[in-house]
Amino acid sequence: MIPLAVFEPGGDAATALYILAFSLFIVGIRRGTHPTTAKQGNMIAAVGMAIAVATTLLLDGIGNWGLILGGLAVGTAVGVAASLRVQMTQMPQMVALYNGVGGGAVALIAWSEIRHGLGVEVPLEELVPILFSAVVGSISFWGSNVAFAKLQDLIPTRPLAVPGQQVINGLLLIGILAACVSIGINNDDISQPLFIGILIAAALLGNLVVLPIGGADMPVVISLLNAFTGLAAAAAGFALDNVALIVAGTIVGSSGTILTLEMATAMNRSVANILFAGFGGAPAGGPAGGGEERPHTSIGAQDAAIKLAYADSVVIVPGYGLAVAQAQHAVKEMADELERKGVTVNYAIHPVAGRMPGHMNVLLAEADVPYEKLREMEEINPEMPRTDVAVVIGANDVTNPAAKNDPDSPIAGMPIIEVHEAQQVIVIKRSLSPGFAGIDNDLFYEPNTSMLFADAKQAAADIASEVQGL
Amino acid sequence: MDLIVEITIFVLAAFVGFEVISKVPTTLHTPLMSQTNAIHGIVMLGGLIVAGFADDGVEYAIGFIAIAFGTINIVGGFMVTDRMLGMFARKPKKAPADPEAPKP
Repeated sequence: MIPLAVFEPGGDAATALYILAFSLFIVGIRRGTHPTTAKQGNMIAAVGMAIAVATTLLLDGIGNWGLILGGLAVGTAVGVAASLRVQMTQMPQMVALYNGVGGGAVALIAWSEIRHGLGVEVPLEELVPILFSAVVGSISFWGSNVAFAKLQDLIPTRPLAVPGQQVINGLLLIGILAACVSIGINNDDISQPLFIGILIAAALLGNLVVLPIGGADMPVVISLLNAFTGLAAAAAGFALDNVALIVAGTIVGSSGTILTLEMATAMNRSVANILFAGFGGAPAGGPAGGGEERPHTSIGAQDAAIKLAYADSVVIVPGYGLAVAQAQHAVKEMADELERKGVTVNYAIHPVAGRMPGHMNVLLAEADVPYEKLREMEEINPEMPRTDVAVVIGANDVTNPAAKNDPDSPIAGMPIIEVHEAQQVIVIKRSLSPGFAGIDNDLFYEPNTSMLFADAKQAAADIASEVQGL
Repeated sequence: MDLIVEITIFVLAAFVGFEVISKVPTTLHTPLMSQTNAIHGIVMLGGLIVAGFADDGVEYAIGFIAIAFGTINIVGGFMVTDRMLGMFARKPKKAPADPEAPKP
């Protein structure tokens, strides 16, 4: 329709612009690792992406403009609408969803490449990356969708175990590899049905691998799938001879792997452990379900306000419950009231507070909590015995002393905020129900713990007004 | 491009990725993951190439969906990252420690 073609595919001019684009990605990621430059870094990477897209649109021979512009328009509309409407609390599942569609795109591109190769001999150096991107893209698409559904509470967050899980996964993987080898051997006569079978088997595998993983481990899984999608994109670059795809995909793959390992370390879990042994996969978390009611102390907002207002130092431990209740502003107001009474208030941030590392920092920053009041776990734990009152708001597993004291606990060894060391603990929570890991929290039943059963936002607002009246 | 050249690029890029991400404060883990997530939306280029040369109904459909998916990945990814990082923007009233800030 429009003779825009300026660049020869694979020519020097196009390649030079691709090199510019991926250089901007590298600078963007580099800046993204520092708080003061991160926003700018994201912009720089986005500019790089715009250059890469524009260059590709101007390649000689590109046609079907209606199709392309339609796809771009639909994608942009959905992306913009979703990004503007999503709540800060829903960020992790949003990232999962974006990662999923990226993986889906890779798998579809691989399918299209295979269709181009029907009836002719496809060299292995093209076929192997095509098959790799098809398998990994399909796993990533479905795995990310399951992760999204779990975080969005569309399906139960607790681990869903299928009997014989590992065996089924193993068989699926062997089947996929065998089918790939078969296509590789018959690379002059590729069977499209067999290829579609591979896509479906990889889709099943993606579902089955992520379903048994508990919600608490989901951030690590999303990060891992992110790295996988990067590698799949790089493989697509090999198949298409596109240097921008190779470099950008590989960098996401390797940096994503490092990020995944850092996250797993923060939770004291190994990636293998997360993938192959879901929390409570064995019914170790038995007491969570039925069982007798254990004795605990319950208080109201007024008592909590008195405890807090006459303390010298208070540490607030925010968790995902705070995020769900959108309580960050109410909690900030409560802290302001306490500070007016001369109480020192700090926030103890567990490395995986919320549902992703750094998630809670974002939420509290949104409520104008000053940076220097957000204290990291290692920094605040030694101060706990000198803390008068620790207020746990919507956090659960990250405060469970069983992680330190009970070697048989499913979360044994996970680093925790040691609130049980504080003089007194107030836990604001809707009920005694177990957290993401699906296990009971001994903290609730300690003699110096008081439970305040309420919605986090309401409770914080009530305490703030009670403190004001004191 | 020669396969061996592509493999060279791949290996070097892998090391760049490892190096560039060292020592990230926990606070930035989520935004950074989201940003790298947006960058792998680059696969959309593959969708453009595939759709641009498509010549039957199934391929039109595949190309269209691949472009739409890839664009969601790119546009949504960068915008969501920008929103997250916007939360850390310095508030004008009480500027926390930043010596580079040119404001009074």
